Amino acid sequence: MDFLSILNTAAGEILSPTTAAFALATIGLNIHFGYSGLLNFGQAGFMAIGAYAFAIFTMMVDPTATLGWPSWLSFIAAILVAIVAAVIFALILGIPTLRLRGDYLAIVTIAAAEIIRFTVRTQDLTAVTGGSQGLRGQDYKGDIDAMNPLTGTTYGFGPWTATAYDTWVRIIAWSLVIVALILVWLLMRSPWGRVIKGIREDEDAVRSLGKNVYGYKMQALVLGGTMGALAGVMFILPRAVQPDNFATTMTFYIWTALLLGGAATVLGPLLGSILFWVLLSFTGGLINLLHGLGIFGAMTGSQAGQLRFVLVGLALMALVVFRPQGILGNKKELSFNV
Amino acid sequence: MSDTTTTPRTHPLVDGEVGPGCKKVDPIVVADGVVRQFGGLTAVDVAHVEIPRGHITALIGPNGAGKTTFFNLLTGFDRPNQGQWSFEGSSLARVPSHKVARKGMVRTFQLTKSLGRLTVLQNMLLGARDQRGEGLFAALLKPLWKAQEAANVERADQLLARFKLDAKREDYAASLSGGQRKLLEMARALMSEPTLVMLDEPMAGVNPALTQSLLDHVKGLKDDGMTVLFVEHDMHMVRHISDWVIVMAEGKVVAEGPPETIMQDQAVVDAYLGAHHDTDLGTLTNQQVAQIHEEADAERDAELEADGIEAGDEPAATPEPEAPAAEAAPEQRPEEEQR
Repeated sequence: MDFLSILNTAAGEILSPTTAAFALATIGLNIHFGYSGLLNFGQAGFMAIGAYAFAIFTMMVDPTATLGWPSWLSFIAAILVAIVAAVIFALILGIPTLRLRGDYLAIVTIAAAEIIRFTVRTQDLTAVTGGSQGLRGQDYKGDIDAMNPLTGTTYGFGPWTATAYDTWVRIIAWSLVIVALILVWLLMRSPWGRVIKGIREDEDAVRSLGKNVYGYKMQALVLGGTMGALAGVMFILPRAVQPDNFATTMTFYIWTALLLGGAATVLGPLLGSILFWVLLSFTGGLINLLHGLGIFGAMTGSQAGQLRFVLVGLALMALVVFRPQGILGNKKELSFNV
Repeated sequence: MSDTTTTPRTHPLVDGEVGPGCKKVDPIVVADGVVRQFGGLTAVDVAHVEIPRGHITALIGPNGAGKTTFFNLLTGFDRPNQGQWSFEGSSLARVPSHKVARKGMVRTFQLTKSLGRLTVLQNMLLGARDQRGEGLFAALLKPLWKAQEAANVERADQLLARFKLDAKREDYAASLSGGQRKLLEMARALMSEPTLVMLDEPMAGVNPALTQSLLDHVKGLKDDGMTVLFVEHDMHMVRHISDWVIVMAEGKVVAEGPPETIMQDQAVVDAYLGAHHDTDLGTLTNQQVAQIHEEADAERDAELEADGIEAGDEPAATPEPEAPAAEAAPEQRPEEEQR
């Protein structure tokens, strides 16, 4: 593995559907944390909800086979099921916690996300969720594959070459990212966004001005959670459903991407997600290369591979110290002690 | 209460005789039997109080009298254990705070709540009521709220000019001084076109140079037809701008009256200075303190003896001699402020 191929792989991450899925989840988290001040530490839970709802609906109900629906309709139905599941999950989380102080939401969300993961892992549910094995990709990719208008073998160039299926997934995932970004931009320039940002600063003040703070926080939680669920769907389209993909690590990757790009900015989550995956891939490749040269002594390859997370951690620390507002964040906003 | 010789028995605002809980000719807020307990402590226990419409009413009282708690109850920021109150004839008991504000009863806070990472203009616009663009779906379509937003911006600019904050329009609220934040909070409250403005210590932490302009702004509210109820410790301000004064102590309304005479009311003097403030304690301290010291020493010696080898805990006996002195000291001074 030479240096050029490391760069090649890293550059490939820029357009990968996984990056798109993460960008979507990060945009959702940005609505929660960046704009509304909601400490959601369970974004992976929303992704899991979306992913499982989509996959299970497609496998169990399978309207294409049982009802003779066209595959695009089945796909949209499955997406809607994922959204409804995320809305219900957000309501269950929000109803008891949104009246309380922010920290409670953090505790409840991180626990709820783990509850979701352990539930789908349960052996008793293997018939539905696949237990700890998860679900096979081929069982739920039928509809989206049938919808694919691309007939060639590979598309793109250089590091961005992909198969027809992968290209199709990329088109869908990145389209969703663009829609989500436009949605956030439209909302945050509106009076709705002003109320949301006001709540982030001081909810009592906003309440004293006649705004239903609880209702707004719920709307924000549902909206960001829905984006998390869609991210979950996009995340499983290029792979299988693995319950352990939706562990707390995922949530913290999303937080890292958000802080890297800059919270409370429209494009920050996108930039952060791309940079995060490019850097993770690059450092991984670099460490692999150095390991091949024998630099890490007696360490095994997989041990050395873990070093990249040390590097990511260091990078995050440096970021928080030297540029706490993120790459796109407004320095002025953070210069106040609010 | 006890001595009302200096307080006139009638007043143009009052229907009947002046006194704590008296009926007003034209009340905007009427509260009955409002009780709020925190554990064993009864913070507010207001039997009956009425706020006169179209005037500036001051709510005063020593620290811990329950003024801010009463404010919180009236505006829905806290829930009472029992009680009823109405605002312009409709009951507001147990109505959530945002609905209270929508009815035209808008408050400010003792610790200023400016929204730091929003600009001054955005702070102002947040105050405007019934904004179409505040709905999630309408927000996406700018044509639906563009005209209303423009009208709100215009009104916000007028208010900012009136409060001399127009130069700060695009600055973050966090960059304002404490006094400017007070002004911004008041201006923001006015954006919602309230009928009753409730100011919780509008003068707290405001530098003297700004005080006069703040006072003028409060008086301006009355001239614009609004009713003002404010909590304040600064007696100069109370005397200067209020038309009516309600005095609370230990959760109860103990006196009411016009500002010129209220401070002579015996109940008010008692509330601020303690009922025994004019009892001479000099003789007591000279003789009795010595005696108490003696008693304490004897007690401590006895204790040490009883404990034998163990060292007795000395501090147990010491607080006693200080007790009479503590009782004699006035509990709170009106100028003092709790932070």
